[in-house]
Amino acid sequence: MDFDPVLLARIQFAFTITFHIIFPSFTIGLSAYITTLGVMWMRTGDEKFHRLMKFWIKIFAVSFAMGVVSGIVLSYQFGTNWSRFSVVVGNVIGPLIGYEVLTAFFLEATFLGILLFGFNKVPPWLYTLSAGVVAVGTAMSAFWILSANSWMQTPTGHEMRNGVAFPVDWFSIVFNPSFPYRMAHMLNAAYLTTAFVVLAVGARYLLAGKFVEEARTMMRMAIGLTVILAPLQLFIGDQHGLNTLKYQPIKVAAMEGHWDGSKPGDFHIFAWPDEKTETNRFAISIPRGSSLVLTHDPNGLFPGLKSVPASERPPVANVFFSFRIMLAIGFYMIGAALFGAWLWWRRKLFQTRWFLRVVSFTWWSGFVAVIAGWVVTESGRQPWIAYGILRTADAISPVPGASIAGTLVLFVFAYGIVFSMGIYYINRLIAHGPQGSAVKESEGVASRPLAAAAKAAGEATGN
Amino acid sequence: MEWYLPVLWAMLIGTAVALYVVLDGFDLGVGILFPFAKDETERDQMMRSIAPYWDGNETWLVLGGGGLWVAFPVAYAVIMPAVYLPVMVMLVSLVFRGVAFEFRTVSRSKKAWNFAFAAGSTLAAFSQGIVLGALIQGIKTQNGAFSGGHFDWATPFTLLCGLSLVAGYGLLGATWLVMKTDLGVQERARSHAKALLLAVLVCMAAVSLYTPLAFERIAQRWFSIPNFYYLWPIPAVTALAAFALWRGLKKERELSPFFATIALFLLGYAGLVISSYPYLVPPSLTVWDTAAASSSLLFMLVGTLILLPIILAYIVLVYWIFRGKVRHGESYH
Ligand code: HDD
Ligand code: HEM
Ligand code: HEM
Repeated sequence: MDFDPVLLARIQFAFTITFHIIFPSFTIGLSAYITTLGVMWMRTGDEKFHRLMKFWIKIFAVSFAMGVVSGIVLSYQFGTNWSRFSVVVGNVIGPLIGYEVLTAFFLEATFLGILLFGFNKVPPWLYTLSAGVVAVGTAMSAFWILSANSWMQTPTGHEMRNGVAFPVDWFSIVFNPSFPYRMAHMLNAAYLTTAFVVLAVGARYLLAGKFVEEARTMMRMAIGLTVILAPLQLFIGDQHGLNTLKYQPIKVAAMEGHWDGSKPGDFHIFAWPDEKTETNRFAISIPRGSSLVLTHDPNGLFPGLKSVPASERPPVANVFFSFRIMLAIGFYMIGAALFGAWLWWRRKLFQTRWFLRVVSFTWWSGFVAVIAGWVVTESGRQPWIAYGILRTADAISPVPGASIAGTLVLFVFAYGIVFSMGIYYINRLIAHGPQGSAVKESEGVASRPLAAAAKAAGEATGN
Repeated sequence: MEWYLPVLWAMLIGTAVALYVVLDGFDLGVGILFPFAKDETERDQMMRSIAPYWDGNETWLVLGGGGLWVAFPVAYAVIMPAVYLPVMVMLVSLVFRGVAFEFRTVSRSKKAWNFAFAAGSTLAAFSQGIVLGALIQGIKTQNGAFSGGHFDWATPFTLLCGLSLVAGYGLLGATWLVMKTDLGVQERARSHAKALLLAVLVCMAAVSLYTPLAFERIAQRWFSIPNFYYLWPIPAVTALAAFALWRGLKKERELSPFFATIALFLLGYAGLVISSYPYLVPPSLTVWDTAAASSSLLFMLVGTLILLPIILAYIVLVYWIFRGKVRHGESYH
């Protein structure tokens, strides 16, 4: 059998990174939420905040572990699968990842220990502070890795010598043109994703009539946050798109399904981009919608896909559909947040069961939007791995396709098990709910009866 | 290029790898010893003794790999494809043993995750040994790129290195448990440590005899005059450390065995470094051949020199917060 190493390496990377990003999207937001709960607990002394904090820490622990192990896989894949990439852009990207390790990974991994196991060992302020440090660490990690990724999209501050990128100006490398937008958009995405999970869990408890006090608190906090962040995401996304139009116009053309740049662009609510005939089939469109958004002029022109040969175009359908999925979820989030706020204002939030049911079913919305957004960004960059510097096809390691295929199967198998068990356990922790008293248990009681200890561990209660 | 920058970086990465081996070594070692515990309470106790640290420990692996990429991109690009399969197996093993920490406590039946933890830890240690062995025996390159076969790493020698590292991490884990636990777990760890010490010494002797015999450059390094005069203390001190470890175990000391094991590890590591320096990819590419641009090395060096002490400080803080023993019967979270 013949294996195409480039295609396999791409599939493997796409698979492992898609798996990874699910967890950062959640842990970045959740660590910030846990910190907020800790601060509220210390300020008000209200036990419900502490119960909630403990509850979310358990879920955080499970998610974080999956985030860490899948991240370690990624950092090694740069060498195993993309060794030419490492050589050509290593001088530039390497230090950014190096700083990520030094400023973020050690911070989060170390203080995580205190957050998970230190409750009885450190004073409450240090405990809450550890949560805060973890939250800052995860956000810093996003800072560096997004800077690296943005540089691959919009490289600046380097010069090419013998086909290898050399750094010239570190400031313009780190703060490259697409980085501020990507950072804002991704961080906001992580907070939104988490808020929609918290909202869903609160709604689920209210529907079941369980943990009512905690559930109301969660819903209020989540609605309060999303009513600001969801519309903000639309605004940031719009600015992000305008910036992309400037630096990667062909990506935008693929997002819009815009073939012919000599005419104004319609916004296609639905269409089937056909790469053979270079047209859209079954299009339902808002005439001149894209031109209006992108150029602020219904007659404005922007480059179309046909302006470059087919070999220079990204896979249009991936980009086009992923973009629509993200937008649909973005608008759903805005709608749900505004409607929830309105219900809250009318004092009907906790009684409107259909609304509770809808939001409790859509806990996944943020995750799907994040993945869709990344597919837009990364597929839209093709055929380049580092835009204008190195093509994906030239970035591969000298590794036979069979090895990549074998390890791909291994990853699919391993992640399949880990992911389904992880979801199952998180769901069980949620079903179990925020229970238990916050009174300090005396630790280190020698030989506690075996059954009790096993039971406590089995229910993942206690601390 | 400033000649000293790559040397400084080689030292920094060498330190990171040494810290990784010692720190993740003890928690992988506890995983290797996991199947020998008597019951779930004992396994809880073992896991609890490493749970606050393992994530931080594993971060040194990211720094080692990441550091190699940052400072020596060419070496990274040669080594990784050459040891593709062992590295991938190591990564998947680390996935399973990493999630086992949390999954084990929340799942009803612990059996599956006990197995995942033990097998993952053992296999990860074994693959690391293979990678190490593959580096010592050398990697074929042409024009600065990997040009060998994809199973060049699979030799009896690398197999020996894999087994050595499993035994070595097991020894670190056992002496860690002697220090951090009590009752049954501690006693069993002590007797495991004695057996593992013998195994480690046999392995060290085998590697030390085999490498100079098989690789001319290593024999040259150790047995040429005057090198020999400078280097003979290394095996001598190793023997002393082994003896101290044995006595510590015999006399039921709690702290000294762990630190003697660390000394043993560092000495073995020093031996390997001496055998290979200045080659990063023996037998052809030196640290200078593979280094990144000076500007990249400097940019990172400044940050590293500032940040590393801070990192070490808060790591010490966490070890201090969780000082003392994990008692029998303490629950997980
Ligand atoms: C926007 C955020 C984001 C993005 C795009 C990525 N990561 Fe990530 N990563 C995180 C945010 C994050 C985090 C929030 O810091 C993690 C995730 C879950 C976690 O538990 O820590 C983490 C963990 C994590 C770890 C383990 C750190 C540890 O030992 O504690 C590694 C090695 C990586 N990541 C590497 C990568 C690589 C090589 C990526 C891209 C190719 C990548 N991550 C994309
Ligand atoms: C975390 C969110 C991310 C997701 C979900 C994601 C998704 C993807 C996808 C789907 C591909 C395959 C694209 C294709 O081949 O058509 C890809 C490729 C790739 N991405 Fe990302 N990406 C993310 C972040 C990053 C970051 C932060 C970096 C680097 C710093 C990065 C580096 C790469 C590389 C090297 C490839 C392989 C080459 C290629 O196919 O272009 N990605 N990613
Ligand atoms: C509602 C309106 C939204 C608009 C107009 C919008 C716009 C965009 C655009 C134009 C890109 C591609 C940028 C590029 O590759 O150059 C993008 C990427 C992305 N979007 Fe959105 N987005 C919206 C909503 C959302 C939501 C709700 C989420 C998640 C909760 C999200 C998450 C992402 C992510 C993770 C990326 C990839 C990373 C990046 O390039 O920033 N987006 N978005």
